[in-house]
Amino acid sequence: MTVTVKTFDRLADAASAISTERGAHFLSGGTLLMRAVNEADPAIKTIVRSTDPAFRHIAVSSARVELGAGATMAAILAERELALLHQVARAVGGPAVREAATVGGNLFAPSPYGDFAAALLALDATVTLAGGYGERELQLEELLGRRDRGATLVSKVTFRRPPGDAFRFAKVTRVHPKGLSVLSIAALLPLASVRITGARIAYGAMGRTPLRAKAAERALEGRSLDAAGIAPALAVAADGTSPSDDAIASAWWRREILPIHLRRLLLGADQV
Amino acid sequence: MKTPIQLRLNGEDVATFADGGANLLDVLRYSVGDLTVKGGCWQGTCGTCTVLVDGAPRLACVTLAESCSGNSVETVAGLRRGADLHPLQTAFMEHFAAQCGYCTPGMLMAAKALLDRNPNPTREDVVDAICGNICRCTGYEPIIAAILDAARKDARRSA
Repeated sequence: MTVTVKTFDRLADAASAISTERGAHFLSGGTLLMRAVNEADPAIKTIVRSTDPAFRHIAVSSARVELGAGATMAAILAERELALLHQVARAVGGPAVREAATVGGNLFAPSPYGDFAAALLALDATVTLAGGYGERELQLEELLGRRDRGATLVSKVTFRRPPGDAFRFAKVTRVHPKGLSVLSIAALLPLASVRITGARIAYGAMGRTPLRAKAAERALEGRSLDAAGIAPALAVAADGTSPSDDAIASAWWRREILPIHLRRLLLGADQV
Repeated sequence: MKTPIQLRLNGEDVATFADGGANLLDVLRYSVGDLTVKGGCWQGTCGTCTVLVDGAPRLACVTLAESCSGNSVETVAGLRRGADLHPLQTAFMEHFAAQCGYCTPGMLMAAKALLDRNPNPTREDVVDAICGNICRCTGYEPIIAAILDAARKDARRSA
């Protein structure tokens, strides 16, 4: 099946094209869209792409990180100032996938993909949506809740740089060193003195989209990061999740092992 | 509608036409005629179609061919150095790193991408470099040994 490919210099023009043309899909890294094209998915009539350099731009300051949605995992790994995201980017496929897979594409990847999106959710990221009439900002959590409802083009993702080692990430796979997620967990654990304040925990592959573990976050508030302090959070770790049965793991298995891996992530390997 | 595509393929300029939405793998095999690139899954999963685009490893089956127009593309067909095999090819033979051989083109190109950037890789580097390439025959160990050996021999030659 032949599809039409339209390439735009400006991201705004690409956004207009996908919002006005029926069957138009934006090509970011292509690791998922090209698979559908290869399978002759009849829903894909037009591929829209953009060569806008702003789409791939990465800007890092001491306080804030801005990732163009077209920035690849390889580009993130090449950026020394983004060390906090290196473990996450390295968890996305092998080197060839990382050269193509983008930040923006990961936000729309179906479960069990989307580990990077889970990390950005824990980091309380804001997305900027491109449109023919300008840009607007949205919390990533809101975007994930409505991402399947229509043509949306994310131009960039921003978040505040977390303090010290407050951000943690773990991906659980059955195939090593690289495999699809049984689940992934990202946690932002700010400490005031020795107490956790304002924790954000996000899961990948525990629902249709990456989602927050709000019950566990509440249970961690004011607690210390030790076995006794995190016990209430582990008890409610799976609350609000709705994992699927797939070839990687059953929903039951995902729920069973979630508290174990959350415990390991929160305590650190040396305390488990 | 056909789209004109120009590539620098293994050091030579190549011009062809591709169907809209065609992937790089199909264009290389069926339009250009480079049959050294293998297709396994057409899903970006198995890695056998790995080629280098501007020196970086890419899965040709999920790469829009048109997005590579004007770029350099390297395949196994370009690995030989004159009459000699590439050190990686020799090492793969010496270490029995190919059994059915289907994954071999992708493994070789993934390994070349690694050694071009990191001539002295650790075992961990090698494992990471080929972690997106599936081999169902060898158990990977002969492939890892071959890549490490090729790196050692290339380093000795360059010294």
